[in-house]
Amino acid sequence: MSDVKYSKEHEWISVDGDIATIGITKHAAEQLGDLVFVELPAIGKTVAPGDETAVVESVKAASEVYAPLSGEVVEVNSVLEGEPGKVNEAPEGDGWFLKLKLSELSELDGLMDAAAYKAFVDEEG
Amino acid sequence: MSDSETPQDLKTTPLTSEHEALGARMVPFAGYLMPVQYPSGILTEHTHTRDKAGLFDVSHMGQAWLKGPDHETTCRALEALVPADLISLEPGQQRYTQLLNDEGGIIDDLMVSRSAYPDTEGRLYLVVNASRKAIDFAHLNARLPDSVVVEELPQWALLALQGPRAESALQTIVPGVAELQFMQGAPFEFGGDQIYVTRSGYTGEDGYEIAVRNEMVQDLWRALLAHPDVLPIGLGARDSLRMEAGLSLYGHELDETVSPVEAGLLWSIQKHRRTEGGFPGAERIQREIAEGASRRIAGIKPEGRAPARDGTVIMAGGKEVGVITSGGFGPSAGGPVALGFVPPELAKPGQALELMVRGKPQPAQVIKLPFVAKSFKR
Repeated sequence: MSDVKYSKEHEWISVDGDIATIGITKHAAEQLGDLVFVELPAIGKTVAPGDETAVVESVKAASEVYAPLSGEVVEVNSVLEGEPGKVNEAPEGDGWFLKLKLSELSELDGLMDAAAYKAFVDEEG
Repeated sequence: MSDSETPQDLKTTPLTSEHEALGARMVPFAGYLMPVQYPSGILTEHTHTRDKAGLFDVSHMGQAWLKGPDHETTCRALEALVPADLISLEPGQQRYTQLLNDEGGIIDDLMVSRSAYPDTEGRLYLVVNASRKAIDFAHLNARLPDSVVVEELPQWALLALQGPRAESALQTIVPGVAELQFMQGAPFEFGGDQIYVTRSGYTGEDGYEIAVRNEMVQDLWRALLAHPDVLPIGLGARDSLRMEAGLSLYGHELDETVSPVEAGLLWSIQKHRRTEGGFPGAERIQREIAEGASRRIAGIKPEGRAPARDGTVIMAGGKEVGVITSGGFGPSAGGPVALGFVPPELAKPGQALELMVRGKPQPAQVIKLPFVAKSFKR
């Protein structure tokens, strides 16, 4: 069983060993609206928390997706480049963005669990 | 929202509660709280408008009567401020034009109709942009002669019904509208009240704009939405629809430095006015017609999938040559679409350009506007 955590930047992080699968939350996908373009990072890229790792564009605007954790990009969901709408259809499933090989497992402690994330979203209104 | 306006400062339309009840996402636009999209989403709203009919609340736009003693006096007064021929308008006929400053820059673009109401000799009906209406009406009041007055119409709401099924949908509720031709208007009746319908719009589709008293607009809105072909459409799809149609948006393609020639709007200046002038900035506009302008709006198709937004730098041959004024995703075009300023020698269809998207050059090509063919009823 993997463990799903959430960031304040509205990403979900599913951790299995030292590999984290990352995507944007259902709430984020709803806020962005229909996505029409997703730009994913190069495999092998090293990122730290807060680094811009992907770009999503809705009909209206472009937004950055920031790395929630430190690590190396080991896989990207390249299906999204041709079918960005997958993110809206299944943001927390087939619409995943990338997998990171984590270099600082202690950073996971700074993330929220599902209940804390729900409270965070409700508070943001 | 990056907008600095707080919700308390924002004006509403008589339909704000309808939008909220439909689950619209409301955003600040031109000082109003307006629906950017409904739960169906911008892509669905866009394609529905192209396939069937979309209903837009455009009550934030400025409506006014221009009232003078007779048709010729009113038209001559407004012709001194815009480059279109208005005197030749028949009752009910509508024309697109621009209010120009003394340098030939565009203060606003607007629709002007000769009234088709009975007993309204000397009246023109104006529809101007929400973001510019205060400036427009102040300018008109300052520049018009005493015999011609502006009467604003805040008691009127405005709806737009656009798309290939707009005619059949509106005809069921307002019989007779099918007979209107493109850029023609007339008074009709709805619920025992008079409404004013013009066959025009901002999507490149056939459709109507309907002026209706604030007290009646909710009934008309609901009656139209009850039609199976009609969906409510927000500002998001309004923008993607107009971009695909190659239509300018004030504050993007148009501003007080841009002339109608630069904006590709020469078609809206009738021949005799081009030669005779007599409107603000005529000297510059006549010079640009004869010698060419230094820049002009072109349709630009990015070759990849990445949209190029407003402000994106345009390069050609390794040099910066222009800027994107509007850009996004065109659902009917099936990819990104953009409008931007380039030098006229680079504005020809097929011209290769590069767009600097997030610091990387992306290949693009000038295309002949529009991105999606217009289907007006003429």
